[in-house]
Amino acid sequence: MTDTWLLAVLTLDATIRVAAPLILAAMAGLFSERSGIVDIGLEGKMLAGAFAAAATAAVTGSAWLGLAVAIAVSSSLALLHGLACITYRGNQVVSGVAINVLVAGLTVVLGIAWFDQGGQTPPLSQAARFAPIKLPFADALHDIPWLGDLYHELISGHNLLVYVALAAVPATWWVVYRTRFGLRLRAVGETPAAVDTAGVSVELLRYRAVLITGMLCGIAGAYLSIGQSAGFVRDMTAGKGYIALAALIFGKWRPVPALLACLLFGFLDAVATRLQGIELPGIGQAPVALIQALPYALTVILLAGFIGKAVAPKAIGVPYVKER
Amino acid sequence: MSKRIGKRVLGATLALTLVATTSLVTAAEIEPAVVFDMGGKFDKSFNEGVYNGVEKFKAETGIKYREFEVTNETQREQALARMASKGADPVLGVGFAQAPAIEKVAKDHPKTRFAIIDAVVDLPNVRSVVFKEQEGSFLVGVLAAMASKTGKVGFVGGMDIPLIRRFACGYVQGVKHAKADAEVYQNMTGTTPSAWNDPTKGGELARSQFDRGADVVYAAAGGTGLGVYQAAADSGKLAIGVDSNQNYLHPGTMLTSMLKRVDVAAYKAFMDAKSGDFKTGVQVLGLAEGGIDWALDEHNKKLITADMKAAVEKAKAGIVDGSIKVHDYMADNSCPG
Repeated sequence: MTDTWLLAVLTLDATIRVAAPLILAAMAGLFSERSGIVDIGLEGKMLAGAFAAAATAAVTGSAWLGLAVAIAVSSSLALLHGLACITYRGNQVVSGVAINVLVAGLTVVLGIAWFDQGGQTPPLSQAARFAPIKLPFADALHDIPWLGDLYHELISGHNLLVYVALAAVPATWWVVYRTRFGLRLRAVGETPAAVDTAGVSVELLRYRAVLITGMLCGIAGAYLSIGQSAGFVRDMTAGKGYIALAALIFGKWRPVPALLACLLFGFLDAVATRLQGIELPGIGQAPVALIQALPYALTVILLAGFIGKAVAPKAIGVPYVKER
Repeated sequence: MSKRIGKRVLGATLALTLVATTSLVTAAEIEPAVVFDMGGKFDKSFNEGVYNGVEKFKAETGIKYREFEVTNETQREQALARMASKGADPVLGVGFAQAPAIEKVAKDHPKTRFAIIDAVVDLPNVRSVVFKEQEGSFLVGVLAAMASKTGKVGFVGGMDIPLIRRFACGYVQGVKHAKADAEVYQNMTGTTPSAWNDPTKGGELARSQFDRGADVVYAAAGGTGLGVYQAAADSGKLAIGVDSNQNYLHPGTMLTSMLKRVDVAAYKAFMDAKSGDFKTGVQVLGLAEGGIDWALDEHNKKLITADMKAAVEKAKAGIVDGSIKVHDYMADNSCPG
């Protein structure tokens, strides 16, 4: 029984590790999309952040510098997206896709040029990564049945950025629903004309929103390359930006439901990992491809049957033109 | 005056041309070329092994080689074709991913000799070098079983293809050979080529195996393997490298590496061409031919006890003399036991 319990706790533990970058990226997307800017480019900004973090950490040996550069690079891409979509009123989807394509190629080219390892960055030492944090009393409390495992495995022992990801959700909720900036952010995504009439700059608000998006994506990218793993590998985001976007839509552009969607995706992934190669009663050993399709198949079923209609912010994707 | 200078210049040019041609003739016995695959020649694994082999050839013979590093899938065929049409011979392709490109280019250039490592291309002008990965995997399986305290060991593969199943199958046989009741957990990272480059997934798979009690994990997964080794180092478990000697990545938690001597294969391909006995057809390199081995160096010697070393050397001798038969998964697409 305790073995099963431990296995369950460890699966949840893996869920959090897998979901952390999704949560960060989903919160990032929330700011941009609630302000009325579609952001397909979450993937590209994360990938750029991952590369910047790993490259900086490899050269300087400092995880903190890596994180800072990741945020800076990802933010500048976000501002580029802002420039194209807000100032020049370009197509927001096209701009986002362009950023994804640009980053996918650029990271590999720069990686080859700087490190000569086929687009990878050199493996990082422990000091250049965010190491797991042991919360106080984790070892002392480990012997307490049930709860000891829960505290030791699930709550303690993650790296700093996981806790940042978890803290980002209440922080996002507070900013969006309890501050003046949040009120205006929501308004500008629904009826920008009203915000404009009230004498608040639509452009400035949206720029601030995409900047926050960029910063959070940078943290998500840094988590991938210098938290969870120890180095950058080409295309290492592997579609996580799109999954985060799906989670955001799944959660109807609200922080807590989006968090739950991210955790669901993470959980399905963790379970899929553990189901592989195990004899299932009545079915036998399931093929690898089937297990890996499981999260996506379930997503389609859940989206089609249980979630109901997801209504996007009304002004999303529409550039704001002051006078017609 | 000007006429004389003109003559002199002409003479000098002629002399130069002569010198140039003669030097070209002596050095132009062969003009080898190598096309590295994605990953690049310093990938600390497969391509770097080939690079070391051809560098050794260059150092010993003084013959320079042309090279190209492929950075996306579409360049493979172009690069091979360009080498062939520039007159390079033999042209060496690295990795099974280049097999379709070699097949096409070799048909277009029937007079050029080609060699490919890790795949079979059945054409009269192609040498195909493949390895008995199952034999090396068997050896590291023996080591894994002996190093494991829990009696449970893991395997993480890259893309789910027969070649990787061959690694897994040899490994399982080795583990069972050393410890009949040992358990082996097997995971494949994915079913698309992105499975070679997903270290976060690799790390998660390794952790899931550690959670189930495994304490040694063998990865045959390209870049994904780096995540596996990292997860082992982070969790204080042991990992086994693949293709080239990866022991140095995490000294203390890298138990050993299964070596595919691609450097030997590359070196031999060029050397045979130079000495004029470049044979085409399939070459299978195993333990007996020195094409497969396990790694013991200063980074892992503390982890390998005298017992383990004796057992693995015994198994190696057994495989070489035929008293131990290692089943090849790709022979019948199944694995006994």
